[in-house]
Amino acid sequence: MKALLDAAPRFLFFTGKGGVGKTSMACATAVALADAGRRVLLISTDPASNLDEVLETPLGQSPKPVIGVAGLDAMNIDPEEAARAYRERIVAPYRGILPDAAVMSIEEQLSGACTVEIASFNEFTRIIGHDEPIAAYDNVILDTAPTGHTLRLLSLPAAWNDFIASNKTGSSCLGPLAGLKDQRLIYEKAVGTLNNPSLTLLVLVTRAETSALKEAARASAELAGLGIRNQHLIVNGVFKAVDPDDAVAAAFEQRGRSALDRIPEILAALPRTTLPFHPNGFLGTQALRRVFDIRAEPYPDQEGCATVSLPFIEDFNALADRLAATGCGVIMTMGKGGVGKTTLAAAIAVELARRGFSTHLSTTDPAAHVSAAIGESFPNLHVSRIDPAAETRAHIERVMATTGSQLDEEGRTLLAEELRSPCTEEVAVFQAFARMVAEGEDRFVVLDTAPTGHTLLLLDATEAYHREVLRSSSALPEAVRELLPRLRDHQYTKVLLVTLPEATPVHEAAQLQDDLRRAGIEPYAWVINQSFAAAAPSDPMLKVRADLEVRYIAEVTRELAEYAVIVPWMGGEHSGQAELQRFVHPQPFK
Amino acid sequence: MKKIEIYDPSMCCSTGACGADVDPKLIQFASDLAWLKQQGVSVERFNLAQQPAAFATNPVVSEALKTQGNESLPLVLVDGAIATRSIYPNREQLVVLAGVTEDSAECCGEADKADCCGGEESSCCCG
Repeated sequence: MKALLDAAPRFLFFTGKGGVGKTSMACATAVALADAGRRVLLISTDPASNLDEVLETPLGQSPKPVIGVAGLDAMNIDPEEAARAYRERIVAPYRGILPDAAVMSIEEQLSGACTVEIASFNEFTRIIGHDEPIAAYDNVILDTAPTGHTLRLLSLPAAWNDFIASNKTGSSCLGPLAGLKDQRLIYEKAVGTLNNPSLTLLVLVTRAETSALKEAARASAELAGLGIRNQHLIVNGVFKAVDPDDAVAAAFEQRGRSALDRIPEILAALPRTTLPFHPNGFLGTQALRRVFDIRAEPYPDQEGCATVSLPFIEDFNALADRLAATGCGVIMTMGKGGVGKTTLAAAIAVELARRGFSTHLSTTDPAAHVSAAIGESFPNLHVSRIDPAAETRAHIERVMATTGSQLDEEGRTLLAEELRSPCTEEVAVFQAFARMVAEGEDRFVVLDTAPTGHTLLLLDATEAYHREVLRSSSALPEAVRELLPRLRDHQYTKVLLVTLPEATPVHEAAQLQDDLRRAGIEPYAWVINQSFAAAAPSDPMLKVRADLEVRYIAEVTRELAEYAVIVPWMGGEHSGQAELQRFVHPQPFK
Repeated sequence: MKKIEIYDPSMCCSTGACGADVDPKLIQFASDLAWLKQQGVSVERFNLAQQPAAFATNPVVSEALKTQGNESLPLVLVDGAIATRSIYPNREQLVVLAGVTEDSAECCGEADKADCCGGEESSCCCG
């Protein structure tokens, strides 16, 4: 750990699968550097940022001092807020000058998902591409969005640079990026900073779990490919059983050990910090100071948590019964990265197929690998994945075959060029999503959505498209026209909010529920996943953890959810079909 | 040579390629404008969502917006005066508006392209 802090360059960049403790690690590093006398700025670009909660300080869109830590400022870059500000900058000068209807049409055009993406990226590069905003700081720490999103943001300028360089006609479908050409120098400076090892360190955060390690390895390779080669690995939450006779604790420890034994080569070669399991988590600056303190007790005195009493709550089987009763429709799992959306979607699909229903399991998660795991054991279970690259190719082919056929040679060339715009992927993925939802008319469609931020972008896009569609006279696919009404029909679409029995995941899921309700979509059920309380451990450290869960479980059942079920911790990684079946018929650990 | 200005409604981009559905008319129009430029015509295009200043500062355009609303868009101006409203003119109409000679316009008509188009360097429409 000392190695990480001593060698910390100006920019530290945290990445990792959702739920691995990325925000906690970024915060703990920021606090440790500030305590060592540095002036530090901590920034979150995560659309579902919980920096405020972890630092116990109300934050905003500009740096604010963190309470109780001298020398540390923090801020959130909220993509939605950045987009609003961006829109306002463009529109404000024309209020009262242009007619209201014209101003409104500009605002509407700038409400799409693209604008959100671009505005937040602009904010991000504004900070690392300019000198002034950060001149006062020795270290700038970025707690980035989940890996897929980070990679997208990072690869965009390259894509745009290529696109601008090769766009001959200059008619350039850059969408809301019209001003991008002027920003090129800033983007280039930002990329230059990221690629300089004496300026930038990438910190990969993982847990001792195969899927998290795999994800970290993928991110490590991809970011190294983008030029970020100075990397450090933090393995967070390595568990050692206190009570060797507790089967759950033994399985938990064993899983961690075997995952680390098979650590991907690319990660094994990196400098590494290993941190022990802290059952209480790291909320607040006092707790954050314990993260890197090797003398700190990993768990408090276990007295007072001899028994863990759970409120009444149904299990996964009960949920499966309710879902099966409708016979068809769309089931969507939603929640932050790392809560087990993909596993849960797969478990539901397998169970519905096992009961004889025709079922289609599909995933929009860029990090998903479900299709390979389930195989072809059920003839009535179809598994697919929305692959952005493949969808984009298919979309381009479709447009060239339809629209393209009505054009002359020059028109077709122009169209082909325009379709190389980064917007095309957004449109293609969106249409694939709409088609998938339409399939629920006569069978079960189980979808796992990408992490929260992206899901909301998708829903926003749905809204924007819906308005567009209502106006548009051109013949749009029925699937696109019907998408929003279908998502709002709670008979047709059942949204499952997946969460873990911990502070941050529950509060994030509650926020997501509010966002969904604003979009007119009422969640069907909450699923509290990977609960140690429901697994009834006897290990004292896990009991501390289980005891801590009870208040969050109670918060979900009493205050947040119309209907909730709980899934006990079962070894965590359920990618194979046999493993998935344990969801339905849980067996006690031997 | 005449000067043509196009004032588009609020669009994601001038070809609509990133919309929910691609309108072939928009692509064809963009392609026709590119051709017009090759003929030496001065062509400028403004998108309400991206260049609102152009709409606000041109008295003819801002007057049309005030009196006839967004429906008057797209506006095509020839040498500063409104030539068409609410429609995207096709290539024949553009030829007339811009006052370009017919030879080049005929080039890509029914004639055999291989004969008429002089390869990469040609200023002909196929180039």
